[in-house]
Amino acid sequence: MIEAKKFQRSYNYAFIDEATKKEIRRKLLKAVCIPGYQVPYSSPEMPIARGWGTGGLHITLAIIGREDVLKVIDQGSDASVNACNLRDFIQSTAECAVTFDALEASIIQTRHRITEERLRADQIMVFQVPLPEPLRDVEPYEKKTREMHAEMDYAKMWVSLYEAYVQYGALMDGAGYPVMVNGRYIMSPSPIPRWDVPNLHDSDCIYLFGAGREKRLYAIPPHTQVQPLEFEDVRFHIERFLGTPCAHTGEELAFLDELYNDQGEKSHVINDSNYLDKLQAGEVVFQHINPYLTQIKDERNANR
Amino acid sequence: MSATQTVKPWQLKVQGLTKIYGAYNERSVQLTGPKYDTNICPETNSIVACADIDFELFPGEVLGIVGESGSGKSTIVKQLYFDLENTAGAAFLAKYGEGDINILRESNAKKRFIRNQLMGMVYQNPREGLNFLFSSGGNIAEKLLMAGEFHVGKIRQRASTLLERTEVPTARMDDSPNHFSGGMQQRVQIAKAIANNPPILFLDEVTTGLDVSVQAKVLDMIRELQRDLHISMLVVSHDLSVIRMLTDRTLVMKNGRIVERGLTDQILQDPQHAYTQLLVSSLL
Repeated sequence: MIEAKKFQRSYNYAFIDEATKKEIRRKLLKAVCIPGYQVPYSSPEMPIARGWGTGGLHITLAIIGREDVLKVIDQGSDASVNACNLRDFIQSTAECAVTFDALEASIIQTRHRITEERLRADQIMVFQVPLPEPLRDVEPYEKKTREMHAEMDYAKMWVSLYEAYVQYGALMDGAGYPVMVNGRYIMSPSPIPRWDVPNLHDSDCIYLFGAGREKRLYAIPPHTQVQPLEFEDVRFHIERFLGTPCAHTGEELAFLDELYNDQGEKSHVINDSNYLDKLQAGEVVFQHINPYLTQIKDERNANR
Repeated sequence: MSATQTVKPWQLKVQGLTKIYGAYNERSVQLTGPKYDTNICPETNSIVACADIDFELFPGEVLGIVGESGSGKSTIVKQLYFDLENTAGAAFLAKYGEGDINILRESNAKKRFIRNQLMGMVYQNPREGLNFLFSSGGNIAEKLLMAGEFHVGKIRQRASTLLERTEVPTARMDDSPNHFSGGMQQRVQIAKAIANNPPILFLDEVTTGLDVSVQAKVLDMIRELQRDLHISMLVVSHDLSVIRMLTDRTLVMKNGRIVERGLTDQILQDPQHAYTQLLVSSLL
């Protein structure tokens, strides 16, 4: 008797049908060819609602294979509900291995963080993006923002930065700080903290961004110029944690969470759970190298 | 003309500028104009807002365009400032491509460059020229940023110089123009328009809607700026007293055509065309 293997599973490998996965991969190729440009794509139905990480999920499922090792992080944590469920879902449909270790992973799907640990050329980082359009705050109409990108008409964006400086005395955007990619497109790096923004520049790994609700993909290929928007005399800077070390490791040179206990006492803890685990286990971990981090490092060493 | 002759005597040259709304045919322009006292084509019902407009604007000159409402004055400046797309005709700038390129056929990016670097525009309604979501300093900064000035300190210095020039209190630089009086809004608009020292400034009914004493002040200021900065200006107004006060030369328009042109004094003293005579005689 012939066994109908094809229908033993109620879904295709990696959940999405092959034609749609091919479409997403083609759009990704386009996104890689035009760094920072938002490519419209199909954003197919998923078992979770659009806007709950579907953009990242689409990319991961379109590029994953059985030999891949997957890591999913949500705001730096491998253990949050969101991260666990997405990881379980991808593992069960794509039949791949999963890990917490940033070095072991071949694909890292993330929400709002880049790993503290330096990434290699054979790794792919996939971002779940809520709002892909950096110009949305200054221009509500999609038709207009697309024209502005096409013609590199970024006057309004710059004026809004100027206004922020005039009103608040600083360049304000905390997360999702706008960047200029390859000297051409202004891009929203998804709401990663400013701490992570310099790590997009000239990286070894590839960064892919998916916004499921807004149906847009974009990419930063390896070794691309990525510059945060800044003025000649008002510069971009990253968060500083000197003087508020991590309560578990004493580390000051990592992105820290501010936590309060029931007594209202404040403490700081490293946000990247895998990085924290490795430091606590006494492992040697190599961080990303960027001039902003180096400057803070030098400052700390000088004070010692 | 020899190829070596590159210096143009004019700052701006307009040739055959035409704007028609609606579907038109080849007779639309012929069947409209002052001769027929209409700008609606009887065959197609298209509206010929302006047609066959030719003129030159010379360096440091103030040229007036006067005419009744609907005569096509504003249509001309709006086309030259790229707010409206023209139907036919060409415009040349001496300071752009050595005066040999029709700026009306350039790409949007190049048009934006021309708008930001080589032209300034002051609209009748400040809401058209200013972004009320930004502070008045921010509005001026927009022009400077687009000209490649990315130093906040220098931008603020230049903005306060400009606002001082146009008699807006610099203490209010970071306020939205929303909180300003009409005359102040108009002065901020002028400051923005001249931010990059453009060789050409378009003024479209700048004093209409301001009360008489404020009108006089704004006109005085425009005259002073013109004298100091030597900007070529194209002044559009339905108000002959504004034209008399500001301009050297005047074009009189009716039904989308230029019906008379000449030195302003001459036109006011000795109007030739019947319509101009009517206009001058009705001057209070």
